Amino acid sequence: MADEKQSLFGAVIEGAAGLAGSYAATLTHLFRKPVTEQYPEYKRPMPTRTRGRIILTRSPDGNERCVACYLCSGACPVNCISMQSEEGENGRRQAAWFRINFARCIYCGLCEEACPTLALQLTPEFAFCKDDIADFVYEKEQLLVDHGGKHPDYDFYAHAGIAAGTPKGSHIDEDEPVDVKSIMP
Amino acid sequence: MTVELLIGAGVMLVKMAVALAVALGLAAYMILLERKLLGRFQVRYGPNRVGYFGLLQPLADGLKMLLKEDIIPDGVDRRIFLVAPAVVAGMALLAFMLVPFGETLTILGHAVPQVIVRTNVGLLLVLALSSLAVYGLALGAWTSDNKYSLLGGIRGAAQMISYELALGLSLVPVVMRARSLDLSDIVAAQSGLPFAVTEPFAFILFIIAALAETKRIPFDLPEAENELQAGFHTEYSGMRFALFFVGEYVNMVLLGALIAVFFLGGWHGPVLPPIVWLGIKVLAVPVFLIWTRASLPRLRYDQLMALGWKVLVPLALVNVLVTGAILVAA
Amino acid sequence: MTPLGALFYLFAALGLGAAVLTATRRNPVHAVCCAVAVFLSVGAMLAVLGAPLPGVLTVVVYAGAIMVLFLFVIMLLGLPAGDGALPPGRFLVPATLAAATLVALFALIGADPTAKTVLPAAMAGPAAVGTILFDKYWLAVEAVSILLFAALAAVMLLGRGKTGRKIAAAGGRAA
Repeated sequence: MADEKQSLFGAVIEGAAGLAGSYAATLTHLFRKPVTEQYPEYKRPMPTRTRGRIILTRSPDGNERCVACYLCSGACPVNCISMQSEEGENGRRQAAWFRINFARCIYCGLCEEACPTLALQLTPEFAFCKDDIADFVYEKEQLLVDHGGKHPDYDFYAHAGIAAGTPKGSHIDEDEPVDVKSIMP
Repeated sequence: MTVELLIGAGVMLVKMAVALAVALGLAAYMILLERKLLGRFQVRYGPNRVGYFGLLQPLADGLKMLLKEDIIPDGVDRRIFLVAPAVVAGMALLAFMLVPFGETLTILGHAVPQVIVRTNVGLLLVLALSSLAVYGLALGAWTSDNKYSLLGGIRGAAQMISYELALGLSLVPVVMRARSLDLSDIVAAQSGLPFAVTEPFAFILFIIAALAETKRIPFDLPEAENELQAGFHTEYSGMRFALFFVGEYVNMVLLGALIAVFFLGGWHGPVLPPIVWLGIKVLAVPVFLIWTRASLPRLRYDQLMALGWKVLVPLALVNVLVTGAILVAA
Repeated sequence: MTPLGALFYLFAALGLGAAVLTATRRNPVHAVCCAVAVFLSVGAMLAVLGAPLPGVLTVVVYAGAIMVLFLFVIMLLGLPAGDGALPPGRFLVPATLAAATLVALFALIGADPTAKTVLPAAMAGPAAVGTILFDKYWLAVEAVSILLFAALAAVMLLGRGKTGRKIAAAGGRAA
């Protein structure tokens, strides 16, 4: 097309059509509803798996899920999670204190993947601002929530084979403990 | 005698104040209009946070610019660097003194022409002022000691010289029909048909050349953002930077006023009062310029020069010739 | 002295001062700025004398186009800029020549008896200037324009040279 010698008249017509086309395109845009979302007034519902602020969830019975295994802390590429583990009255392991420095957190979600008890979860909440950078250091009380997050029905202790609080054999999908001293089948 | 003189001076001062306020106010809101309209052309809202519909945005912008630090880089020629933005804005504002806003009024037995300066070389004076504005651009660019600025300044100077010619030539048919260089006479000559109808080619040529003179897209080579950062005003900050923009937007309003006067019949129009007609015409042109900015891509530099010298100037000359022939035949 | 006369002498003094600065500046851009000031004051002087058309034309043509070209070339060349005034020895010869021209000019004006009578205030409107230019002196105007055109064509031919023609043949554009 470009190699063919165009007549002057044809070139003028083509150029004018091109100009008119672009003017027409913008004119139609003028009467379209703007696609902008007015952010503070309208907050777009974020997907549930959006990686935002980190929470510590509870199991359905209201106990803390976190067993202070340090896996999240080890997985964290920026070392923003720190904790101290201890043993509770019922024999459960838990965090004596649990601290996340959100000023350092990169919201990569590796901690969530590392968490064996689904305690640590990332929420879609992404806009939380502070005047003081020290306020970004969240303690366990600020991290703990009263729900199960993305997995409300999951209860680590109900599945696991350990006897912490509940007797052996009372967990989901768990057989009665075998009495090794009995010879009965 | 002295009373007459004092009244004359007072009226003149009032007219200057009104023209200055209108020009600057319109320029400030032209920025808002451009941002709003450009936003809607791109299917988004423009600024809408400061005041209702963002109506206080110009105020906020001006305040911000005033409070910003005025940086003067090392190694610049201070005197030229400081004066250059004022030249751009000043020349644009000066040209407003020539724009007639209406017929001569009679107030308390005194004839008060609704124009600050009525001169029989008004059209040429407009061209002279618009050609002087390039000094602010070129000198500001040269003294910034920055290669992007320098390139922008060189482009600006070359572009202004090239399109000045087409601009002047496209106005010759208007002068031939109006038989005067006086802006008020030119408007008076359009009480019947506006020159946009009788001289459509001159109208189109003038708009294209004027687009290049005001350095608007698609001819914004001196400040081509993607190639030259900000071109000639790269090194400017604070209110000096804002002055360049005041100059640009005052120029837009001025262009609207000039097109209204030269081609759209000034304040002439049915039903509505004359000043309303003038306002509509003056504002229609910037809206078209913004529409153009939303629609067209920037020209390449050699295309710009070729368009100016190989297309616009010959067409304008032919147009002068044809108009002359028609006028002689009629 | 009438107000207009005072304005005339004001602009004349401004123009003279700017002209001296133009001749003595070492920085070419400063010299160009001063030259623009000279043309502006000359334009203003002409307007004060009652000839706004030549005044505006001076501004449009000299200040608005020719000096912009000067500036354009200076910016393109990027010369190392000096500062302050030239040493006095440098413009001894040009100053002498200019002074001699001035003296000769005054002598010629003095010798002409008509120069002694004061001219009436001139009123040269655009129509009057146009009529005189294209009715009475049309031949001179045409001759000058043909001369300029010849110069333009010659510059185009010389400027292109042999390499230029090759580039043009290869599809290059002359901006």
